Amino acid sequence: MQTFQSFPRALAVAGLALAAAFGAPASAETLLNVSYDPTRELYREVNEAFAKHWQSQGHEAPTLEVSHGGSGAQARSVIDGLNAQVVTLALASDIDAIAAKSGKLPADWQSKLPHNSSPYTSTIVFLVREGNPKGIADWGDLVKDGVQVITPNPKTSGGARWNYLAAWAWAEKNDQDPKAFLARLFANVPVLDTGARGATTTFAQRGLGDVLLAWENEAWLALKELGEDRFDIVVPSVSVLAEPPVALVEGNIASDAQRELATAYLDFLYTPEGQALAFKHYYRGWDASAADPADVTRFPALDLVDIGHFGGWAKAQPEHFGDGGIFDQIYEAK
Amino acid sequence: MSDTAFASRLPTALAATAEPAWVRRLLILTTLGLLGLLVLAPLAAVFAESLRNGIALAVASLGNRDALAAIRLTLIVAAVSVPMNAAAGIAAAWAITKFDWRGKALLITLIDLPFSVSPVVAGLCFVLLFGANSLIGGWLVAHGYPIVFALPGIVLATMFITFPFVARELIPVMTEQGRAEEEAALTLGASGWRMFLTVTLPNIRWALLYGVLLCNARAMGEFGAVAVVSGKIRGKTTTMPIMIEMLYNEYLSVAAFSMAALLAALALVTLTLKSALEWRYADQLAATHRH
Repeated sequence: MQTFQSFPRALAVAGLALAAAFGAPASAETLLNVSYDPTRELYREVNEAFAKHWQSQGHEAPTLEVSHGGSGAQARSVIDGLNAQVVTLALASDIDAIAAKSGKLPADWQSKLPHNSSPYTSTIVFLVREGNPKGIADWGDLVKDGVQVITPNPKTSGGARWNYLAAWAWAEKNDQDPKAFLARLFANVPVLDTGARGATTTFAQRGLGDVLLAWENEAWLALKELGEDRFDIVVPSVSVLAEPPVALVEGNIASDAQRELATAYLDFLYTPEGQALAFKHYYRGWDASAADPADVTRFPALDLVDIGHFGGWAKAQPEHFGDGGIFDQIYEAK
Repeated sequence: MSDTAFASRLPTALAATAEPAWVRRLLILTTLGLLGLLVLAPLAAVFAESLRNGIALAVASLGNRDALAAIRLTLIVAAVSVPMNAAAGIAAAWAITKFDWRGKALLITLIDLPFSVSPVVAGLCFVLLFGANSLIGGWLVAHGYPIVFALPGIVLATMFITFPFVARELIPVMTEQGRAEEEAALTLGASGWRMFLTVTLPNIRWALLYGVLLCNARAMGEFGAVAVVSGKIRGKTTTMPIMIEMLYNEYLSVAAFSMAALLAALALVTLTLKSALEWRYADQLAATHRH
């Protein structure tokens, strides 16, 4: 009768595999960029371009790694020990959380790089179905009867907080009670997804709702990926200036060589070449000198309100989105 | 006389299990229909979606660096966690079925724990235990041995989730077989190791094989717990299931479904292997079952 006498051998093989996997040596300088969901396409290209740029300066080819997820979840992972040398997240408050809870970067991190450490900005626009059958032109149209609005949950999604604040700003500028206006708006929301990509999928692939409140870059990407003949972008009269910030995580820097690489990586985002890539991936950059003009002209000018208008995240976050905050009041009242 | 009367009544007595033909057909059709709807159709859809733009594109999408790294990582994780769980499962089943001791029931419950705990909770437990803010994790990270957001964490999470499979398959078989044969081997002078290799292992090998195959399928497919501890670093800590979700979210459906089809194919290979072995060793299988 056969036996399993080769079993010890199988164990040995597994042991070797384990040793090989654990002992993999790191040769060239490596860098981990922990980012948020919508930047996947952007940083894929940035990494390629930066690697070339870095090598052209006489360095060895770097190993650039990148991780994507919900901005808040990614911050949580860095706090729990994800070894990011660079973070590029959706909200300054997420990087603030890393600074406060892990002490791996200084509290004044946002003053280290130009433009509040935001190499690119974005805003919130509407994505509607082809031909705009419900005739949606501005925030006021979202509270009409029979209009279904898709937005993720402001409790879990950075983008959704901007959606909410943009609507708030419009109501203020149009002499409406912002709280009552938002209550009516959220009464038209059939489902709250947890993240921006999830909401896009709900709207675009599941076909739910008449209008999606989306990051401008997500809206353009959806248009490109899912078909320009299926959706239109509507730019409202008032929106927000979202500044997704980037930072060097001082506490995760292992060597001077790595600090040099990480610093150069972040600086690269501000170069004309880096800015051109931001424009190409539907972000509003600051420096259009090297960008394709077509990438720049697609962004119409509109009245943009930044977070300072709401007293900064430190004030707006608990006031609007904290436990028992204004969002809880209007959404529970539904 | 009475014997003949009994014999003539026999078919009537058995009629309870000999359903009319239409009932049998209905039952078979229902089962096939449900299987088709719940198992075959979704599987076919995955394969169809991956081949929508031609097989060349599907294969090409699996050939890039990140995809290959994900496949490699998944195989490494399975290669490490499955043998370890097989060994642990045999040890646990041995302890439970060959000895009498207090707390046995507790051990059985503990073995089942991973089935009842949500994978997300399991993942978070490892983050709590080995994260940078914990005592152990902090020390390990400081000394250059990160557990979470690295391979060891993924292996640990996978092992936690797949721990019960082998033990659960072995316990009933070993309970049924009892200890007589092992005791006989020992009385005849066999060493413990020899008794295990020549008496116990041949008796349990089919159950062990099922356990290992199930364990392997789940280890390769585990998503929830691994997603928490992975850190989702492209090409480094993304296993195949995590890669599938990422690709899908990036609107790369062909790549996502190709990867999904490959993962499904790996599971199908395991199943085919199992069936082939069953067919090849049908006589031995029957013999084992007679024990």
